Amino acid sequence: MEKFLTLSAIAAPLLRDNIDTDVIIRIDRLVGGRPDELGKYAFELLRYLPDGGENPDFILNLKPYRRAQILLAGANFACGSSREPAVWALQQMGFRCVIAPSFGDIFFANCFQNGMLPIVLDRPTVEAIAAEVEADPEHGFVTVDLEKQTIVSPSGRKIRFEIEPARREALLAGLDEIGMTMSREAEIAAFQARDRNRRPWVYR
Amino acid sequence: MGRTLFDKIWHEHVVADLGNGVALMHVDLHLMHDLGGGPGLRTLAEKGYRVRNPELTFATADHAVSSAPGRTEDTNPVGGRLLRMLREASASNGIRMFDLGSDGQGIVHVIGPEMGLSLPGMTIVCGDSHTCTHGGVGALAFGIGSTELVHVLATQTLVQRKPRRMRVTMDGTPHAGVTPKDLILHLIGLAGAAAGSGFAVEYAGPAIRALGVEGRLTICNLSIELGAKIGMVAPDDATFEYLADRPMAPKGEMWDRAVTHWRRLNSDDDAEFDREVRFDADALAPQVTWGTSPEHVIAIDGRVPDPDGAGDAGRRASMRAALEYMALKPGAPLEGLPIERVFIGSCTNSRLSDLREAARVVKGAKVASRVRAWVVPGSTGVKRAAEAEGLDRIFRDAGFEWREPGCSLCVGANGEMVEPGARCVSTSNRNFVGRQGPGARTHLASPVTAAAAAIAGRLVDVRKLGMEPWKNS
Ligand code: SF4
Repeated sequence: MEKFLTLSAIAAPLLRDNIDTDVIIRIDRLVGGRPDELGKYAFELLRYLPDGGENPDFILNLKPYRRAQILLAGANFACGSSREPAVWALQQMGFRCVIAPSFGDIFFANCFQNGMLPIVLDRPTVEAIAAEVEADPEHGFVTVDLEKQTIVSPSGRKIRFEIEPARREALLAGLDEIGMTMSREAEIAAFQARDRNRRPWVYR
Repeated sequence: MGRTLFDKIWHEHVVADLGNGVALMHVDLHLMHDLGGGPGLRTLAEKGYRVRNPELTFATADHAVSSAPGRTEDTNPVGGRLLRMLREASASNGIRMFDLGSDGQGIVHVIGPEMGLSLPGMTIVCGDSHTCTHGGVGALAFGIGSTELVHVLATQTLVQRKPRRMRVTMDGTPHAGVTPKDLILHLIGLAGAAAGSGFAVEYAGPAIRALGVEGRLTICNLSIELGAKIGMVAPDDATFEYLADRPMAPKGEMWDRAVTHWRRLNSDDDAEFDREVRFDADALAPQVTWGTSPEHVIAIDGRVPDPDGAGDAGRRASMRAALEYMALKPGAPLEGLPIERVFIGSCTNSRLSDLREAARVVKGAKVASRVRAWVVPGSTGVKRAAEAEGLDRIFRDAGFEWREPGCSLCVGANGEMVEPGARCVSTSNRNFVGRQGPGARTHLASPVTAAAAAIAGRLVDVRKLGMEPWKNS
């Protein structure tokens, strides 16, 4: 997994609540499409017009935000389905970090499997960063430092964020969770041996 | 201090405590479907791992198979490719699969309980967010992403952070025509689509106890729409009765041992929850969504809300976009709204009791000429049982299409979609933008409300039809 250390990038505000994973990437792009073309179809129904042309009003189509690597989102971002390609689609669009008041639980976990950093900040703080960005989008740089757990807003304001220690370490080191669990094989085998006596009906 | 149902099951599955509330958890049952199963097994092989416990892993095809009457696996060619990939990878890894045409084929969250695979006290995962459904039998079940799926295949465990606990207590007795679907939609409207984020939810109270297992599965199914990836109901006699003699359930002495164990699975009287929500089901009306989030829900006799009255900017923005997408105005009534499509199906409402209740509304009537109405049974088992009772005749005589089991119009992964701009009353769980097809306008509702809408050609209040109370096995 790719490491996440620090990121200084344009941030794009998309503050609508409840942006769901179906909006981020449609199911037909997962079933029939190519896994390396997800970025093209991210936010498809918002980003393109019915005739296939770009929707000039959609914020991520505006010039400075095309280079954005940080997404400022509304509450319950990426709620809905468990589809991990929602993370991949955002990554292929260039995003490496999403800042929102809350996230869909499964998407939140999926981010950490892919070197994407989801940050929870309260709504007024997200809105304040968005307002600073919108005041001068061309220079709307936000800096995220995972090591120090800080965000620096375009005006230079420093904001601290919280993250689970284990997840922070895994992102900083780019650790592979499966490999780490495989090293606990003896514990898993011991658990199953005990459990087989206690709940034999589980092991069919 | 007492422990909650969730705590008891969690505790039984901790392989290793990783500190800070994170644990390595044993997975008792892993269910795979056609979209994620084949690719997951391929990734596993590419990484050089093998399936650690194939006997705890089961597969079926649901998302991408056609629901057309007389379908074959290639009626939807993309689905056929995914199905063969899953079939071959399952066979070579020793994983049992319920293939097309067998009783166990169907929507993964329908067949789990129906086949007796999903049992109380189990940890159950699947690469699908509606895995919370299996909580209806008292399991700790949740959806996982594709990397976690490979983790489970390789290790039969998952690294999980212990969620906080929420209890939702439903009091009272719902009015005739008010179903389990209405109870859970009402809760989502009341608490919001993010209320359960970070929580495991236990549903309790007299209105839950009075429900059969299928109604509880419907309730738990929408937990993820409340933001919670886990929803559960403590198992009781109704649960044991439902599961006894199911094909994969334990038998004989093993069954007795299991039931003794399961009887301990409930929240102690002095158990504490991090959050409690309570409401009374007595006064509830049938619920219908007006917008593009399940929290955009009102009583059928209510009026579409005004975004200007909503609390904050994010919420207002979401409501405005929803009204535009759904072509509705603030203050408009839902009752009487003309519709073009009806979908009775999905892991929320495609079980035998759902079809029975819908058939009671449909019997002897005709689908309105402007409406195209589908019934898609949740599994081959449900379909056969319904046909044995003659439910298919009732639907067909009324002008419904009686189709083959799968996810179908719930998500359109098999190419079946609602036309752009068409209004569909759907018994599924997501009214997201484009969920049933680009431009499709979804109104989530119960099977009886959907059935009544098919007949009337518009949204109606089923209480006016003189319904009997919801019966549910
Ligand atoms: S019926 Fe719908 S919600 Fe349920 S598993 Fe299938 S696609 Fe997902």
